[in-house]
Amino acid sequence: MPLILDHVCQVYNADTEMSVRALDDVSLIIPEGQFIGVIGHTGSGKSTLIQHLNGLILPTSGSVYYNGQDITDKDFDRKELRKHVGLVFQYPEHQLFETDVFTDVCFGPKNIGMSKKEAELAAFDALRKVGFPDDLYYASVFELSGGQKRRAAVAGVLAMKPDFLILDEPTAGLDPVGRYEILDMVSELHRTAGITIILVSHSMEDVAMYVERVIVMDKGRVAYDDVPREVFSHSEELEKMGLSIPEPSKIARQLIKAGLNVDPGVLTSGEAADSIYKALMYR
Amino acid sequence: MDIVKADNLVFEYIRRDDEGNPVDVTTALDHVNIDVKQGEFVGILGHNGSGKSTFAKHLNAILYPTEGTVIVDGMNTTDESRVWDVRSTAGMVFQNPDNQIIGQVVEEDVGFGPENLGVPTAEIWSRVEESLRAVGMLEFRYKSPGKLSGGQKQRVSIAGVLAMHPKCIILDEPTAMLDPSGRKEVVRAIRGLNDVEKMTVILITHYMDEVVHADRIFVMDKGRVVMHGTPREIFSQVEQLESLRLDVPGPTRIAWELKKKGIPLPDGILTCEELVKEIQKCR
Repeated sequence: MPLILDHVCQVYNADTEMSVRALDDVSLIIPEGQFIGVIGHTGSGKSTLIQHLNGLILPTSGSVYYNGQDITDKDFDRKELRKHVGLVFQYPEHQLFETDVFTDVCFGPKNIGMSKKEAELAAFDALRKVGFPDDLYYASVFELSGGQKRRAAVAGVLAMKPDFLILDEPTAGLDPVGRYEILDMVSELHRTAGITIILVSHSMEDVAMYVERVIVMDKGRVAYDDVPREVFSHSEELEKMGLSIPEPSKIARQLIKAGLNVDPGVLTSGEAADSIYKALMYR
Repeated sequence: MDIVKADNLVFEYIRRDDEGNPVDVTTALDHVNIDVKQGEFVGILGHNGSGKSTFAKHLNAILYPTEGTVIVDGMNTTDESRVWDVRSTAGMVFQNPDNQIIGQVVEEDVGFGPENLGVPTAEIWSRVEESLRAVGMLEFRYKSPGKLSGGQKQRVSIAGVLAMHPKCIILDEPTAMLDPSGRKEVVRAIRGLNDVEKMTVILITHYMDEVVHADRIFVMDKGRVVMHGTPREIFSQVEQLESLRLDVPGPTRIAWELKKKGIPLPDGILTCEELVKEIQKCR
């Protein structure tokens, strides 16, 4: 079932001098099965946006629909919604608190009412899906590397078997290979388990490489909502929003200015190299 | 003159059981030799857990060598009578800006360090001013740190270290928690310190593009220095860096992929400008 945001506004500290319009008339449809990237400068409303998707924040005006029901309705079961829409916060490893990894991953599913057995099966399944090494299931979270902790934290949310998985900067602070491993893992969840992924990221390169749809937030509004190639063709506008285009796209543009016949829509270094090669060989 | 010299530095974490008997020994640093000359900009790269931060903590006597020596500006860090001299010679900036700021007002925070060292009041104020100017934060001197962005906070942390007049500043992943524009601000401030103020800089990072302008780079893996050279020398070894869980700057990767296809580009292209210039030569 899709998630629908219909003219959602969020005003913090309304009716005071500190009033901030964090979301300003945002309308979006998020169908099941997509891999979506959300980008935006700090303070653009990204985090506020994703917290509306599982009802952690309710809109000041407008509505959020899940399964054809308005989640702001009094009789709507928001606890039920959170089973379907899982949210992994920034630095989720700070929220690991149990004595060992497996117990920690079991916490979420138990909390939403699964039996002990069900929860354990769900935890095993989630840890396997995130590629967590099986010899560390009973390790203390303090013995894990940064990337392993991050996986364990994602598994904790995944064990609740959500249909939508929202990740707020899942690669922050990881080394380059750790970043690719987490993004590959998320991509795999999307591909094989069919989970809808909403990835909040600061890295234009990551977004360009992995997602099929980019939502650009600026001052609480949706500035762009399109395929990466289309969104990243607006380099000047993105720059004004404090964002940029992926580095390979920048290089392609400079070469075009210098008179080479390079594709202006390249997004990754592989695509850029292919296009530059063609431009040099077949003139 | 070497401001920092680590000679065959070994550091072991020893885990003990309840009776104090050692149960497990982890060698975090394994015969590390790193020397930094006055006025140099040195980058230290390595994946999570490679020993970078453990090394940094030896430079201002937070950790002491198990074997070997660390000499900072002629002082052995194990010499207890010089601990405070070592710490005021080698200033540290850490990852999380929120953990490093204590003052209610920016200038107060920057003045805390020199005040703690017993610097006379009049001089504290002149140091606060010059330090804030050096990182481009003078206009924020009367602001509350809570109101600043991540990049601005991190520049205040750097100013706080500068105000203690260290001979050398060590930054341990100072941009890991910042957004792209915050990263740019901080990297620009760090480069300015080295170029303009002639400050010795040791920058530990995961971001390859931040050390492109360094004088030398050390790459660490499993507690050892495994590569050492100029950025050009280091980044021409794309495959080796990948095997060390690292990456290369974006333009370097495109150049490397073009070379694999047979385009005669020179080794070690580091910036966008260099790449565009070299590709134009190939036409």
